[in-house]
Amino acid sequence: MTEWWTYRLSDLLMFSARTYYRMFEIYNAEVWPGHLAALGVGAAIVVVSTRRSAWAARVACALLALCWFWVAWALLWQRYAPVNWAAEWFAAAWAIEGALLLLCASFWKQVRVDARSGPARSVGFGLALFALAVQPLLGMLFGRPWQQAEVFGLAPDPTAIFTLGQLLLLRPIHDRSDAASMPAPAWVLWPIPLAWSLVGAATLWTMKAPDAWLMPCAVVLVLFAARRSSRYP
Amino acid sequence: MPVQVRDTTTRRDVLRTASLLVPSALWPRIGVAQGAVSAGTAVATKPIPSTGELLPVVGLGSWITFNVGNDRVAREACADVMRAFFDAGGRMIDSSPMYGSSQAVIGDGLARLGRAAPLFAADKVWIWSGAGGPGQIEESRRRWGVPRFDLLQVHNLLGWEEHLPTLFAMKAAGQLRYVGITTSEGRRHREIEAVMRSQPIDFVQVTYNPLDREVEDRILPLALERRIGVIANRPFREGALLRELQRHPLPPWAAEIGCDGWAQFALKFIVSHPAVTCAIPATSSVAHVRQNLGAAHGRLPDAALRRRMAAHVAAL
Repeated sequence: MTEWWTYRLSDLLMFSARTYYRMFEIYNAEVWPGHLAALGVGAAIVVVSTRRSAWAARVACALLALCWFWVAWALLWQRYAPVNWAAEWFAAAWAIEGALLLLCASFWKQVRVDARSGPARSVGFGLALFALAVQPLLGMLFGRPWQQAEVFGLAPDPTAIFTLGQLLLLRPIHDRSDAASMPAPAWVLWPIPLAWSLVGAATLWTMKAPDAWLMPCAVVLVLFAARRSSRYP
Repeated sequence: MPVQVRDTTTRRDVLRTASLLVPSALWPRIGVAQGAVSAGTAVATKPIPSTGELLPVVGLGSWITFNVGNDRVAREACADVMRAFFDAGGRMIDSSPMYGSSQAVIGDGLARLGRAAPLFAADKVWIWSGAGGPGQIEESRRRWGVPRFDLLQVHNLLGWEEHLPTLFAMKAAGQLRYVGITTSEGRRHREIEAVMRSQPIDFVQVTYNPLDREVEDRILPLALERRIGVIANRPFREGALLRELQRHPLPPWAAEIGCDGWAQFALKFIVSHPAVTCAIPATSSVAHVRQNLGAAHGRLPDAALRRRMAAHVAAL
C-alpha cells in the first residue's frame, strides 16, 4: 500500500456497524445452544484456576485452546472473513494462539496456576468473571439487541479479555531440583491476545461503538497487574 | 456485456441540455465540455468521451454498503436497492475485489432481479502481481455472474504498469469495453496525471464533491483535454458530508435546480462539472437510491450556480 501514512483507521473499515453486529446475531442463532457449553467451559476454567497446581494450569490452557480454535474457525474464518479480508489473518493468529495454549497444556509442566493474593489474582479473576458475565450484556446497555451478544468462547473480544486475565494467573516455575528444567516460556502466550485487544478496540472505535474503550482499559489493567506481580509481559 | 440501454432522451432534451452547457463552455480553466448532458424529464446522461455511449450521471457504488457477507436479509435489501436503482434509470454499478463480499452481493442481486438489467458493470483489479490479475478478474466476473465487465479499472493504481497491458489486451479481444484507473481522497494525483497523459485509458475515478475539489485544478481539465471519462467517488465522504450538511437548512435557491435535499445538492454539483461523467454514491437504502437518482433529473447548475454552491458549502 503506497502512501500508507495517508490512510486513517476509518479508511480501513470495510463494513458497517450494522453488518458487524448482524454477524453476531446470525452466528448466535446458528450456534445456539453452544452458548451454554461455552459458558460452562469458562466457568470450569475459573474453578480450575482456583487450584494452585500444574494440572490446573494444563486443564485451563487446554480449555482455552479449545475456545481459541473455535473462534478462529467458526467466527473469524467462516463468518468474519467474507466481510473483512484481514480476518483470514486474524483466524490464523487465533489458531496459532490455540496451538500455543495446547502446547502449554501438553508439555509445559513448569507452569502453575498461581492464585495467591495480589493484583494479578484480583485482576485475573475479575477480568475472567467480567468477560463471562458482564461483557455479553454490555451491548444491551448501549442499545443493541440481546441477540447480538458477544459471548465468551464464541466471540473474540470476551475470549481475549478472559484469556488475558487467565494469563495473569499463570506462573512459570523453575524446578530447582531438576537442573535440566527451564521455566516455561509463558510469555509467548501474551502477544496475540494483546494484539487482538488492540484490533478489537480499533474496530469498535472506527465504528464509533460506545464500548470501544473497554478493550484498551482491560489491556492497561492487565499490564499494570502484570508489572506489579512481576508476571509477563 | 450486452447492454440494454435505458435511454429515454428526446431531441428536445438534448437541445435543452445544450443550452445548459453554454456557461460551462465559457469557463476559463475548464475549456470545452466533454459532451452534452441530456437532462429534463428523463434521467440525465453524459457521453463516455471515448465512444459517445451515454451513461446516466448517477451510478451506484458498493464500498461498505454492499459488503454484508452471507446475511440473507441484508442481501435482499441490497437487491431491493439495485432494483430501485435500475427502475429509476441507473446503469453503472461499481465494485472491487477489495470490497469484501460486495461483488458476490451484486451478483446475488442481479440473479434475484431475474431480468436483463440495464447494467453497466464496473469493477477493478486490485493485486500487486500482474500475473495474478487475470485470475482475479475472472474470479470477480464469476462473483458478479456477468459474461464480461463493461469497465475494469486498476484500483488505487496498484501495479498499474503490469495490469494496464492486460486490460488493453482484453479490450482489444472484445472481453472488455473500457479501461480505467482509480484513486481516492487525493492520493497519488501526480501519478494519475502521468497515466492519463501516457496511456489510452477511457476512465479515471477520483474523489470529487463540494468540499474535495483538488481535482478541479489539474485532473479534470486534463480529462477534458485527453477525452477521458471521470467517475466521481466518495461524493458524500461516506455519509459524513451529508451528516454535516443536514444540520443546516437547504438554501432556498437550491429549488432553482430542483434539489429536494442535500444529497441531490451535492450530486448535482458534482455531475454538472463538464469533465465528470458520473458520480457513484453508495447506499443501502431504497429511499436514498431514489433520492440520488433524483439528482439526475431536472436542471443541472451552470457555472455561476456551481460557484455559489461550493461557496455555500464551504461556509457552513
